[in-house]
Amino acid sequence: MALDEGKDVKGGHDAREYDHQGPFRHVGTRPDRPDGVDKVTGRAHFGADAYAPGMLHAAILRSPHAHARILKIDTSRAEALEGVKAVVTRADFAEGLEGEDWNILENIMAGEKALYDGHAVAAVAATSKFIARDALALIEVEYEILPHVTDVDEAMQPGAPVIREGAAEPGLPEGMHPNVVRYHESGHGDVEAGFAEADLVIQRHFATEATHQGYIEPHACLAQMGPDGRGDLWCTTQGHWNVQKLCASLLGVEASAIRVTASEIGGGFGGKTTVFIEPVAMALARKSGRPVKLVMSREEVFRASGPTSSASMDVRIGMKKDGTMTAAEGTFRLQGGAFPYAPMEFTAMCAFACYDLKHVRQRGFDVMTNRPKQAAYRAPGSPMAAFAVESVVDELCQKLGLDPIEVRLKNAAREGTRASYGPTYPRIGLVETLEAARAHPHYSAPLGPNQGRGIACGFWFNYGGETSVTLALSMDGTVQIAVGTPDIGGSRASMALMAAEELGIPYEDIRVTIADTASLGFNEISHGSRVTYASGLAVIKAARDAKRKLIARAADKWGIDPEAVEWRDGAAWPAGDNAGSFEPLTIREICAEMGATGGPIAGHYEATPEGAGVSFATHIVDAELDPETGKVTILRYTVVQDAGKAVHPSYVEGQFQGGAAQGIGWALNEEYIYGEDGRLQNPGFLDYRIPVASDLPMIDTVIVEVPNPGHPYGVRGVGETSICPPLAAVANAVSNAAGVRLRQLPMRPARILEALEAQTDGEG
Amino acid sequence: MSMVHVSARVNGDPVEFLCDSRETLLDVLRDRLALTGAKEGCGTGDCGACSVIFNGRLVASCLVLGAEAEGAEIETIEGMADGEKLHPLQQKIIAHAALQCGICTPGILIAAKALLAKNPDPDEETIRYWLAGNLCRCTGYDKIIRAIQDAAAEMREEA
Repeated sequence: MALDEGKDVKGGHDAREYDHQGPFRHVGTRPDRPDGVDKVTGRAHFGADAYAPGMLHAAILRSPHAHARILKIDTSRAEALEGVKAVVTRADFAEGLEGEDWNILENIMAGEKALYDGHAVAAVAATSKFIARDALALIEVEYEILPHVTDVDEAMQPGAPVIREGAAEPGLPEGMHPNVVRYHESGHGDVEAGFAEADLVIQRHFATEATHQGYIEPHACLAQMGPDGRGDLWCTTQGHWNVQKLCASLLGVEASAIRVTASEIGGGFGGKTTVFIEPVAMALARKSGRPVKLVMSREEVFRASGPTSSASMDVRIGMKKDGTMTAAEGTFRLQGGAFPYAPMEFTAMCAFACYDLKHVRQRGFDVMTNRPKQAAYRAPGSPMAAFAVESVVDELCQKLGLDPIEVRLKNAAREGTRASYGPTYPRIGLVETLEAARAHPHYSAPLGPNQGRGIACGFWFNYGGETSVTLALSMDGTVQIAVGTPDIGGSRASMALMAAEELGIPYEDIRVTIADTASLGFNEISHGSRVTYASGLAVIKAARDAKRKLIARAADKWGIDPEAVEWRDGAAWPAGDNAGSFEPLTIREICAEMGATGGPIAGHYEATPEGAGVSFATHIVDAELDPETGKVTILRYTVVQDAGKAVHPSYVEGQFQGGAAQGIGWALNEEYIYGEDGRLQNPGFLDYRIPVASDLPMIDTVIVEVPNPGHPYGVRGVGETSICPPLAAVANAVSNAAGVRLRQLPMRPARILEALEAQTDGEG
Repeated sequence: MSMVHVSARVNGDPVEFLCDSRETLLDVLRDRLALTGAKEGCGTGDCGACSVIFNGRLVASCLVLGAEAEGAEIETIEGMADGEKLHPLQQKIIAHAALQCGICTPGILIAAKALLAKNPDPDEETIRYWLAGNLCRCTGYDKIIRAIQDAAAEMREEA
């Protein structure tokens, strides 16, 4: 294996990082995850599993109104209750914040108005959970109830209640309602000219409801803050440096005043990339001088932590008889709750990213409503775009009598294609996923009565971001890696595999720890499918840094140039006959002497890798419809996705399967249901039904490996793309089974029956 | 409010605790007995993350009051391994990569153990319906089903 001599691009701007095509000894194998025993014995400590001496329990009072002016909050009776140690309201947080910091503060603790059902208005810390809850009932809040709006289309209409005047950013089209706060437009070519070339143009309207990430672990934290103004925070999060930054800002202290330790995380899917309760717990700890534990109930998770956006979309695509797509355009309206930054530009940019289009145009509108502030959810914005676009592509294929995979292959984006959102693609793997799907036995399996098959493709950008890793060598030659990205799905295993590959040592000799914010350089959140890509790249670079130092020690000992030493099989070897004749020095031998040969040895990497490869998938699904009840059963599901290089294939398959399962839930069952009063009607797992084991079939997976030029081993992120195709794939399967198109999600039984009846009425 | 005094056995060991009459068995296990392996995912009996065996029955410990545990035999995830030796279900969950975040894993393991005690050779459908009260948001259940079937096969061979 060649050393990475001088090719280390510090800024990470050079995407040509791919330098090791294998064969691999460790990468691609399936060892037990390093934290497996902790996770199966109950020993792993998650957010709510921390306790401290003298700890108080906190609870949050939430608005029962969708939109109301807060006229007065009287906390005096709560403060007088025995056992209550602190009560906080908005007055206990920083003033003068701007931009997203202000938005986040406003979301975690209401200011002048309660903006949605479940919006926090005050919080209590007391000596027991029960006293804290009892104290909430003693806080008197006087509200002036205001008209509300929760639907994205209604919120854009003239006369709709205004969520917040002056929230709109510049650059909006003329005449928009004040609830429309941002606008995006992109594309290239002349779409009208493109549509004129088509033999068939189809334009359709689509709608999707908001869904929740649905992690099983509610938000939880344990906060401490001493009279010296320094604090510690333990919390479940996808990114503890971001928690540190936001808590510091919202509390008006310096970042280094708060050390944040990430607990084990019980699922996030984007929903734990921001803060909801952590600054509240810190404020209570500061005010009481005691450790404060704050855990959300499941109802609070649904009402007040980030769901995704709901969407209203119009898509128009033109196609020739031979299947060539001539033009495409789409308009995507997303509501992100009572705050800006619904991910509508991602929806717009992902919509047509699978296709090589001469003429394409996409628009996005970011709309505010009286709902909780949306948070990222696995490929934020992309799944709904794929639902709309891939549904129209499927309908075009049907009407023109064309095979849906052949049509997609004919129009597929490839290396060199100008993407619908601007850049030119480097090496990508969409075609390979389509070819693998076509060759899969699933695609040609026979279907029975009331059964339909759906095909859909999906796209996600993936992300790099600030990344720091330290790889420390022990005196006995074993290795301890500190990474800053919480392990949300087995990433310790992939980090250890990549380090083992570089160092040529056993996987078991490596321990991977998630460092706290005081122990490592800044790290971006575990999001954007970035962990195996960016932290993995960082581990490889840190291992190469350590190898250089190990080689230097061997060279010193042998009295030869480091260039004359090579590293293989976990040892330094003289490189070639000219280097001299020396017995190899193993990592254990070098490390045993490190104190006397120059001091401790560690490898480092601190940079912002920017070569995250974009990722594509193709899904196949068979659904059966019960025409009497409208119930849909998913019979068979196959995920084909490009992983670039699968480091631990079992966990890659797991990401594919998990994304598909969440997408099936989004397509069939899951939705935020608001009543006329603007209150969330289903804030619990009984009424917000995520897929249970008996709802799903086995989920087959095919890992395609088209290397990402931006990673030393060709790794692409895999976590998010898997949720992009399923909404569309399931909708296509159900539509094909029903003989009628379903263009609104979720496809709950009543909605399917309505569509079937409308079709029958239409025929009659 | 006066506390209730309770004596019970947890994982074979005698325990005594005082609890508020409103505290659930899950609260008691976690907050008073320092057994945090059972998790609260919902508090309403919908997610199964708090599953324990209570007098031989699989229950959601968030739906049992601590005060109801007087004289009870309780098994939790902390009692599943035999010292250093993992239970076959624990081994197979790791070997099949049948967990991602791991928050549902203790509940899944307890539920699966209860299933295999009743039915040592469950088919896929039986496992799926038995686990329908144990939510997993990460895996899509595929690898969990395979791990349980593999563990069941191994346990049948050993029996």
